[in-house]
Amino acid sequence: MSASAHLTPTRADSAAYKLGTTYPDVPLEEKQRLFDEVKTDERFHDYLYGCYECGICVAACPSARYYDFSPRRIAQAAAREDVELVYQQMQEDIWDCSQCFSCLRCPRGNNPGGIITLMREVAVNNGLESAKQALRGYTRIIYKIMSTGTQVSPDMLQADAFPDWGPSVALVSEKLDLWRRALPPETHHTTTTGWQISTKTLVELYLIWHKTGALAMIAELARACTACWRRSWRTCWTKRVTS
Amino acid sequence: MTIPVEKVAGPRRQNKAEFRWSDEHAPADFHERLFELEQKGELVVQRVDTEHIEVPVKYGRTKKVPIGHTWHHKSCGQCGHIPGYSTSIFWVNRKLGIEYEDPTDQTSCTAWNYYASATSNAAAQAAVAVRNFAAAYETGRFPIIHCGTSFGHYKEVRQELLAHDHLRDEVRRVMESLGKPLVLPEEMVHYSEWFYAMRHEIAKHQVRDFSNIAVTVHPACHYYKLVEGDAIYDPEVYGGQRTAIVSEVAQALGAEVRDYSTWFDCCGFGFRHILVTRDFTRSFATQRKIKRMKEEADPDVTLTHDTGCVTTLDKSQFAAKAQDPNFATIPVMSEAQFAALAMGAHPYLVCQLHWHAADYKPLLEKMGIDHEKAWAQFEEATARLERGEQQYLTWEDADV
Repeated sequence: MSASAHLTPTRADSAAYKLGTTYPDVPLEEKQRLFDEVKTDERFHDYLYGCYECGICVAACPSARYYDFSPRRIAQAAAREDVELVYQQMQEDIWDCSQCFSCLRCPRGNNPGGIITLMREVAVNNGLESAKQALRGYTRIIYKIMSTGTQVSPDMLQADAFPDWGPSVALVSEKLDLWRRALPPETHHTTTTGWQISTKTLVELYLIWHKTGALAMIAELARACTACWRRSWRTCWTKRVTS
Repeated sequence: MTIPVEKVAGPRRQNKAEFRWSDEHAPADFHERLFELEQKGELVVQRVDTEHIEVPVKYGRTKKVPIGHTWHHKSCGQCGHIPGYSTSIFWVNRKLGIEYEDPTDQTSCTAWNYYASATSNAAAQAAVAVRNFAAAYETGRFPIIHCGTSFGHYKEVRQELLAHDHLRDEVRRVMESLGKPLVLPEEMVHYSEWFYAMRHEIAKHQVRDFSNIAVTVHPACHYYKLVEGDAIYDPEVYGGQRTAIVSEVAQALGAEVRDYSTWFDCCGFGFRHILVTRDFTRSFATQRKIKRMKEEADPDVTLTHDTGCVTTLDKSQFAAKAQDPNFATIPVMSEAQFAALAMGAHPYLVCQLHWHAADYKPLLEKMGIDHEKAWAQFEEATARLERGEQQYLTWEDADV
């Protein structure tokens, strides 16, 4: 057996394969293609250097405390190029990550949270079911916030959207226009954006989204959301914000 | 007062009196690559060329924090949902006689969305960052970043732009189409670093005694975990082994900083979780943070320095209290609001505490603030708006 045979993972080496392939309908070639897309991102090699299996990232990870989730397994699967397990993680695990980057405590210098960011991008770009589910009821918000230049707006604070935040939300919602006008900074009198943004600035932002391909990606998601929106309009969280 | 290193090391451990970061493990100083690319004409570096203060960052390095002539890169979540946060930052600047710009030529960093949904890419994120830097550069003012996530994300963007030629080329092309240069600032400066740098000046203007106020501090993950070397570590605070951010400001104002075991944990914000899976957020924030703080430190207030952390720690407590009437809540605010209150700011007209959820009134009483009188003043001011006597309240109205 050549040395390279040890370095090149095969389907039989895969931990997920040994446990039984969890997505047998998806060809291995497709799983390999998706992994290659993750791996060819320029940032991938800045995020992965190997794994000591020490578990420091898991100890620091908030999501590991509340979900069946492990940043160590993310780093290990990527390092072993275990395309079966990586695919399974893209469908089942990556949206549990809190993106706090506590896992950067890794003594090896890994960035499991960063690897997850790349895996999420690939999941979104390839329309994986996990991405559709994770972004359901949320994509039109993405469209709105990416096009208005601020991520959240004061008018998002509505009692039926945040019932668990207590009565202060309803009060803010009721008094929103008045209380925004009571803010001393002149840029803060807005209700539909976080602050006042000039039209020229928004045009520049649009050009950035357009030229980098992000606008097409967001528009596609918004179209997909509209289909969902027609089915579940009564419960759609997006509707509450955009209407 | 400083927090002795024993607090970190434990009473029976014989640690060295002095702690020094080992050069061996320090990452390369990004400035070298930044200035090299500047010299090659690949990018423009906006220098800190006005009056500034050097503050200690990790690995024994220093960072220049400009005092004035600043361009305030606002935060979506602060301006949108915690408006007393940004208002307090501006109010403290004004009280210290420091002039600044609150621009309309600024977009969000869009990182909240990126970390929540990944509906973007490296080039788009970098271009958004650089467009904002270019907008600041055009004014000649230095950017001060309000949001912890913007700060962390921009540090990531800087790292990626310095490391990857292809990304730099792509972003430069996008910037050229906007008629802007590829600009990176000499330092990435978070507003809380400005408060750290100005803490003694702020303390000189203190009019309320905080010596009876106990605080816990939640350092924001994206401030010091993302690109970890570029954050304030002060040898005088926790022996330089934890970030000194927020803690040192609270101490300068005479408050007692109390420690708790889960200080390293995140708040539970989660970016997408706070929007669509808040059961995780609520559980983490209340069980791992608020409950631990209360049991171990029993503070009067918990202070933090980021948008998501204030939102999560504050708003999550209502459901915990609804489920368990014995759940002891803790008021939550930024150190900017805390410092503003110390300097005599109005709790509603400036600090906008009525936008907060956890009960802050016992804290105001302990600070010697008559919150009923203050609320009456706020209502009187807003009544003028309702009667149409004024369209907006002004900075002059805020100082009653």
